[in-house]
Amino acid sequence: MESVVETVKTGTSFLEEAKRRSGEDLSLCYQCLKCTAGCPTAPFMDVRPNNLIRMIQMGRKEEVLGSSAIWLCVSCETCGTRCPNKIDIGVLMDALREMAIEEGIPAKERNIHLLHEAFVQSIKRGGRVHEATMLIDYKLRSRDFLTDLIPGMMLFLKGKIPLFPSFIKGREEIKRIFEKCEKK
Amino acid sequence: MKFSYFPGCTDHSTSYEYGRSTEAVFRALGGELVEIEDWNCCGAAATHSINRLLSLCLPARNISKAQSAQVGPLVVPCAGCFNMLKRTEYALKNDEAKRKEIEEIVGFRYDPSFEILALMDLIVNRIGTEKVRERVKRSLKGLKPACYYGCALVRHPKITQLDDPENPQYLDRLMKALGAEPIEWSYKVDCCGADLALTYGNVVKKLVGRIVSMAKEAGAQCIVTSCGLCQANLEMRQEVDLPIFYFTELMGVAFDVEGRDQWWKKHMISPKRLLESLGLA
Repeated sequence: MESVVETVKTGTSFLEEAKRRSGEDLSLCYQCLKCTAGCPTAPFMDVRPNNLIRMIQMGRKEEVLGSSAIWLCVSCETCGTRCPNKIDIGVLMDALREMAIEEGIPAKERNIHLLHEAFVQSIKRGGRVHEATMLIDYKLRSRDFLTDLIPGMMLFLKGKIPLFPSFIKGREEIKRIFEKCEKK
Repeated sequence: MKFSYFPGCTDHSTSYEYGRSTEAVFRALGGELVEIEDWNCCGAAATHSINRLLSLCLPARNISKAQSAQVGPLVVPCAGCFNMLKRTEYALKNDEAKRKEIEEIVGFRYDPSFEILALMDLIVNRIGTEKVRERVKRSLKGLKPACYYGCALVRHPKITQLDDPENPQYLDRLMKALGAEPIEWSYKVDCCGADLALTYGNVVKKLVGRIVSMAKEAGAQCIVTSCGLCQANLEMRQEVDLPIFYFTELMGVAFDVEGRDQWWKKHMISPKRLLESLGLA
């Protein structure tokens, strides 16, 4: 009996936490499936967006935060635009990714997360993204050296990947913004 | 007609030709773009996937700088950057606690009357298609583009507040003003897969393949975009050789501005043959 009570407790708290973090009223979802029907990456997800919301309502935290779905979402916002209950699922996905990172749950789609990290670190270094160093950083993190070598070379040959970064003057300002945002 | 201008990181890399054609077209329309001094990256989708507060504060630094420069509304060509700046604007306008937090971190006071405009919106609705039509030297008659809006311009509509999110018309109206005959199709707001291109190339290939083949089936000779990432994905992940333009490039052709060869050199699929076949090279 005790374990059931515990499950219900963690379950409710996960739903409440997801609601609070995203600012979205997830209890409104009545499973019309519009989000999943329009989602460009749903066919590649382990849990479809509508099921993800149901699982949050049921408190299945580990499965939700450990899913590939939260990382395969590309924030195209088709779901949130079409939801009849005005649930902004794109914002919910951001909140879930943030929760997964904080809880130390390894990203099921590790490379997607590593690419985001490499991108953000590039901004931290120079204030702007520098594609060449960002991509090298990503390749070193992911150890995935062979994927997309050809498109990368094509861009380089077209002069579309400058070798030298253009750092901004206000790099200290950017660092301060990063520090303050990372502390919260 | 003076505007504050946010070029974005890809201005001198992957969307070089978007930047140059934007500047040329704006000059031709008699406008002036004043680049935000020492602007920084908008943060893109990567940032809000990791740290949402940071994704609001990075654009806020640009808003703060553009606001204090007092040269007029802020104009953004790239749909992705536009979306990030508008997300911050939405938080600044609608969430008082968040506004105070952002203001404190970035060190500025937000002025709610400050405007952020997508370049496409500015040209179609502020400058107006009438003025565009007057400036046309060579009509794009015979050119059948598929107007592709993608995600970031029109979604989420509460944030971007730009056109109809399911069947937008701005770009179609602009193309008509240039003399072109945009085709009707149903994939104008379908996602190209965005930055999954770098991690899941096969997914993007599928999504792009569908968009490009549907455009072709509907009778398009090319696709027109307003986003650096969409343009790169559509051009590099397709298999049918359909040219992909930035809308400012086609304006440049119609206005007959100089330096166009430098733009075409940057394309993976050269649009020259198509333009030559219509006498527009």
